[in-house]
Amino acid sequence: MAATVPSIPCKDECLLRPGNTNCGGCGMSVGLTMLGRALADAGDTCTLVIPACCGIVTAGAFPTTSYGVPTIATTFASSSALASGVASIRDLNGESGQVICWAGDGGTYDIGLATLSAAAERNENIIYICYDNEIYGNTGGQRSSATPAGARTTTTPFGKTEGKKDMMSIMAAHRIPYAATLSIAHPEDFARKISTALSMKGMRFLLMHSPCPTGWKSEPADSVELVRMAVASGLFPLYEVYDGDGYCINAHPDDSDPAEYFERQRRFDDDEIDFNATRKACSERMRYLELLAEEFPHARD
Amino acid sequence: MSVEVITGNHAAGYALSAAGEANRSARGVACGIYPITPQTEIVEYVAKYPFSKGRVVPVESEHSAMAVSMGASISGARSFTASSANGLAYMAENVMVAGYYRLPIVMVAVNRTLGPPWNIWADQGDTLMLRDFAWLQFYCEDNQEVLDTTLLAFRLAEDRRILLPILVCMDAFIVSHTQTETALPEQADVDRFLPDLDLPHRIHSGEARTLGGLAWPHEGLSMRLEIDEAMKRVPDVYRECRTAFEETFGRDPGGAVQTFATEDADVILVASGTMATTAREVVRQRRDAGEKIGLVKLKMYRPFPAVELLAACETATRVAVLDRNYAAGEGGIFCQDTRAAFQGRRDDLLIQNYLTGLCGGDVTPTVIDEILADLSMRSEAGEPVWIGIDAGEEN
Ligand SMILES: Cc1ncc(C[n+]2csc(CCOP(=O)(O)OP(=O)(O)O)c2C)c(N)n1
Repeated sequence: MAATVPSIPCKDECLLRPGNTNCGGCGMSVGLTMLGRALADAGDTCTLVIPACCGIVTAGAFPTTSYGVPTIATTFASSSALASGVASIRDLNGESGQVICWAGDGGTYDIGLATLSAAAERNENIIYICYDNEIYGNTGGQRSSATPAGARTTTTPFGKTEGKKDMMSIMAAHRIPYAATLSIAHPEDFARKISTALSMKGMRFLLMHSPCPTGWKSEPADSVELVRMAVASGLFPLYEVYDGDGYCINAHPDDSDPAEYFERQRRFDDDEIDFNATRKACSERMRYLELLAEEFPHARD
Repeated sequence: MSVEVITGNHAAGYALSAAGEANRSARGVACGIYPITPQTEIVEYVAKYPFSKGRVVPVESEHSAMAVSMGASISGARSFTASSANGLAYMAENVMVAGYYRLPIVMVAVNRTLGPPWNIWADQGDTLMLRDFAWLQFYCEDNQEVLDTTLLAFRLAEDRRILLPILVCMDAFIVSHTQTETALPEQADVDRFLPDLDLPHRIHSGEARTLGGLAWPHEGLSMRLEIDEAMKRVPDVYRECRTAFEETFGRDPGGAVQTFATEDADVILVASGTMATTAREVVRQRRDAGEKIGLVKLKMYRPFPAVELLAACETATRVAVLDRNYAAGEGGIFCQDTRAAFQGRRDDLLIQNYLTGLCGGDVTPTVIDEILADLSMRSEAGEPVWIGIDAGEEN
């Protein structure tokens, strides 16, 4: 491998290069582009550490790469541990640039959870971004613990009976410096949160709702609209948690009905979704976050 | 240089730390660590070492320990870790990756039985499970050899003609927890022996490439071939490292294959680890009594030193291969490789496999006598012989 690796220079602003193989409407394409811009705006660079997931397929085949930065492919569970090693040597040598894990929900909520928890507990100096498409996309659409109740996947063919794991609360409970949710339908909020993360040190966790037309059985052109609905209806709240106890809600739901979100994805069987229960769960979840934000506000400067 | 009475684990910890410290004027050292009996003292030693430019990351599992070490190594730092048994099994996925990434990581393994039945004593099944993963493997018989081989391993692994990770193995308790006099080299000598690491394929912030991603079959094939070529260079590069070691430290770290009284031997014992120590003593006594018997100690197992083994057995007609490991349904693993090495070259040779010391059993001089008695009765090789099964209890 050593002898045959060509040298391809990095280009500013081009984190995700044209010609990659992402599906049309993939949330990653938008998310990576936004991440690249935010890095360029901050004059920052990064090394990507990507476990087994669609995100590493994005890179394409050796010796070319769709990523405009150094990228390391890791085993499914290992991205945050391997990134700890990379960040350690960067810091020991006084070098600049971020070490960013870019991982799917399977690598985050499921197989990589113990590793991520340990990296968070050690407050490793890395940024961990989970693009949450609520499914194992790479292996053809199986459930993960991020899959919402009711969704049909190849391993929950009759609809998932369990709800989605609350990953943000898990990460906040580690009292890491920064945990925030991202939506590609809210680009300014997205950019601000990336730049906030870039300005900090220690473990920074970002959870991005990532539409997957292939797995969600939705129209590629609907992708941004779907995640916008998820924020507007309270299904995917946009908020930040500083140091585990400084809450800030970034977008307040506008009483949109979550029903349309479900209806526009054929992974859900509308007859089987209890919309009243869903509406109640959304408003309770928002109420819970609002109470936290009232009682434990993050003092924004 | 000072001589101290220390354990094998202490010797390994000393060597790993000194090697890491030696990279302080380059990109430093970092590693992931996780405890498991009987190697725990190694990672404890490393954890308290005051590295000038280093970080020891106490992670949540062996899988992550190897991942941290790989991250450090990919970044151009020196790296290592240590483990045993279930730890190695749990780590296996990332052990494989370190080999195929071509990272010169050194891992000290204390050979311990894989259960069930649960058992913490010596058995080589744990490291041999990893035999096909593009790692070099060395098996040591005493504390000094552990220390010397660990230091030598860094130079060998980091040599640009090799660039492969190395496992340095020792028997549980018999070496890991037994104190013997061991010469501890000065840091200045270690610094001279281990030049600053300059990993050719380390990641660079200005260089966009994906390490470890997808490759089509023809690319993958050529990467595998490069590993094979590197493996083939190991015996020569090992010899160079051995000479350099002796020049630096004034002590011979030993060859990849170590022979004792084989020149005109008719019967040869092939053994590794502490079994070789015992076998050597039996051979010495029998030589004194006039028997034409010799010992080949296989220190290097991967790559398998077929040429040296063949040469050492030139005059032999019978070979007993002692295996402290068992491949289920098959027999001993060292014996499989030995047979493959002789296949078509010395088909006249009688090669008999003895499974001994499995699951931590003692391999005493009496056991070696038993093996030699069996070997002398044979007109041809048979199924592997299980030593230590009490025939009296069978019905
Ligand atoms: C240890 C291990 N088990 C299983 C796999 C197979 N595998 C590769 S990617 C993947 C799912 C990834 O899902 P997710 O993290 O959600 O990312 P996505 O594919 O959706 O982008 C699985 C199961 C693997 N690579 N490694």
